[in-house]
Amino acid sequence: MKKNKSFSYAKYGYLFSIPFVVVYAIFSLYPTLNTAILGFTDAKGMTGLTQWNFLPKEKFFNNFIQLFKNPMFMMSFKNTLILWVVNFIPQILLALLLTAWFTSRRNELRAQGLFKVIFYMPNIITAASIAILFNKLFAYPVGPVNSLLQNLHIIDEPINFVNKVGTTRGIISFIQFWMWYGYTMIILISGVLGINPDLYEAAELDGASNSQMFWKITIPNLKTILLYTMITSMIGGLNMYDIPQLFNKGNPANSTLTTNMYIYNQAFSGSYMYARAAAASMVMFIIIAIASVLVFLAFNDDEGKAKREAKRAARLARKEVG
Amino acid sequence: MAKKLHTGIQRTPAQKVFRVIQYIVCIFLAILSLFPFVIMLVNATRSTIQIQNHPISFVFGSSLMNNIRILNRTEMFSAVTGLKNSFIISACATALTVYFSTLTAYALVAYEWKLKGPFFAFILGVMMIPATVTSIGFYQFMYRIHWTNSLLPLIIPAVAAPGTVFFMRQFMVPALPMEIVQSARVDGAAEFRTFNQIVLPIMKPAMATQAIFCFVGNWNNLFIPSILLTNRDKYTMPIMVSLLNGDVYKTEYGAIYLGILLTVLPIFVIYFALSKYIIAGVALGGVKE
Repeated sequence: MKKNKSFSYAKYGYLFSIPFVVVYAIFSLYPTLNTAILGFTDAKGMTGLTQWNFLPKEKFFNNFIQLFKNPMFMMSFKNTLILWVVNFIPQILLALLLTAWFTSRRNELRAQGLFKVIFYMPNIITAASIAILFNKLFAYPVGPVNSLLQNLHIIDEPINFVNKVGTTRGIISFIQFWMWYGYTMIILISGVLGINPDLYEAAELDGASNSQMFWKITIPNLKTILLYTMITSMIGGLNMYDIPQLFNKGNPANSTLTTNMYIYNQAFSGSYMYARAAAASMVMFIIIAIASVLVFLAFNDDEGKAKREAKRAARLARKEVG
Repeated sequence: MAKKLHTGIQRTPAQKVFRVIQYIVCIFLAILSLFPFVIMLVNATRSTIQIQNHPISFVFGSSLMNNIRILNRTEMFSAVTGLKNSFIISACATALTVYFSTLTAYALVAYEWKLKGPFFAFILGVMMIPATVTSIGFYQFMYRIHWTNSLLPLIIPAVAAPGTVFFMRQFMVPALPMEIVQSARVDGAAEFRTFNQIVLPIMKPAMATQAIFCFVGNWNNLFIPSILLTNRDKYTMPIMVSLLNGDVYKTEYGAIYLGILLTVLPIFVIYFALSKYIIAGVALGGVKE
C-alpha cells in the first residue's frame, strides 16, 4: 500500500458515520419533522394518514390552542407530574440513604452485592408485565394484598384499590418508585466511589463523623450526578405509559391518564385525531428538549467547576494533614 | 485486615442497634422486591379456586398443566408467537445497535474531521429524546410505506442509537491505544479491516454490557410496537401480556399469573445469569454519563 505523509484519514471519519447519519435522518429526524408538520394540519379519521391539508392561515395554531384549552390534556399533564413527583421524592431519598449506608467506610454492611442485585431487579423486568401483576396483586375483593393487610389486622374490610383516585395514583407511583430506587442507588454509589478518597481520609483524621462526611463531602460532590438522575427521571416520568395504561387504563375518572396515554388515545382510538395528537407530542417534545439542553449546559458548566473544587479541596486537605 | 480494625473492635451499643436497623431495612426492601414475583411464580401453578380462597401461598400447586390449557384455550395469548417476535426484534436490534454504535464511536475517536465536534454535540443533544414523542410522525411515515405490521421498523432504526454511541465513545477513548491502530496502518491493513479485526475485540466488554441493556430495552418496549403491530401473529411479549387484562381471562387468575410468568421468564434468566455484569454496567453508565 502506498503511503505518504499528506495522506488524510479524515474521510474515514465521514465514511464510518454514514450508517448512523442516514438511519437517524430517516427514522428519527424525518419523523420528528413529520410530527411537527402534522401538528399544523387537519389530519384525522381513517384517511387522515394519507390525505390532509394545512390549516388555513387564521387557524394555523389551532391544534395547539385547542390543546391548551382541552381539559383532558391539561389533566393528563397534571396527572403525569403528580405521578412522577410522588415517586421521585421518596425514590431519591431512599437511594441517598442506602448510598450513605453502602459506602460508609467505618461500618461496612455485609451481603451488599446481593442486596444490590435484588434491589435493582424490578428495574429490568418488563414494565407491562409488572403493571398486570400489580393489578392482580391488588385484586378486589379477594387478592394477595387485601388478604395480607387483613391477616395483619391493618384493615377490616377489603379495599377496592383501583376504584379510588388516591390509592390508584399511590400504587402507580409506588410501582415506579419500587422499579427505580435500586437503579438510582447504584448510580449514586458509583458517583460516591468516584469521589477522591483523600477527602474522606483527611476528614477521618480530623475526626469527622459519618454524617458530617456525608453532608460536607458526599452531597456537594454528588451534585452533578444528582442533577443527572433528576433530569433523566423527569424525562422518563413525562413519558410514562406502560404502567398506568396496563395497571388501570387511566381510571378511575381519568385520574391516572398520562400525556402519552392521551396522545395514544387521540391518535389510535375514537376518531383518530392525528393532528391533535401530533400537536400534543410536539408540546411534550419541546418540554423534554428544554430539559435535555439544561442537562447538557449544567454538565459542561458543573463538571468543570466540580473538578476544580474537588482538586482544591484535596490540596487543602493534604496540606492540613501533611 | 485493615477493614477488620475499623469494623471489628470498638463498637458502642448504639452502633450495634443502628447496624441491626440497617439490616432490617435492607431485608425488608429485599422482600418487597421479591414478594410480587414469588406470588406470581406460586400462583402460576395453582388453580383459580385455590387462589380465590388463599391469594397468598408459598407452596406450589398442581394446576400448572390446567393453567397452560386455559391460557391456550382462547387463542388470544400465544407465548410461542410472542417469544418468537420479541426474540427476533431484540436480537436483530441489539446486533445492529452494538455494531454500528461502535463503528460510529470509532469514527469519533480515531479520526480528525471537520464535522466531528458538531456531530458529537448533536449526539449529546438528542440522546435524551425518547422515541415516543415523535411516534405520530413515525407511525404516519411507516403507514405510508406499508411497514405497519412488520418487524422492520422496530429493527432498522436500531442502527442509530445516540446513547450507545456516546457510551462506546467514552469507553473507547481510554481503552483503545492509537498506536495499535497506527501499527496496523503500517502493516497495510485497510481501515475497515482494522476496525473489524483490531478494534472490535478490544471493545468486547463494552459491547457485551451494551448488548444486555439493548436487548432488555427492546424486549420490554411496549409503546411503539403497540401502535405499529395490529396483527395477532406479529404481537410481541409485552403486547401479549396486555391481553391478559382483557375479558377473556377475567377471573382465570391461575392462567393470568402463568401468562405474566412466561413474559418475564427470559428476562429473569438473563438477569440472574448476568447480574454481576448488569450491576457493573449500570454503575459504569452513571459515572460515564
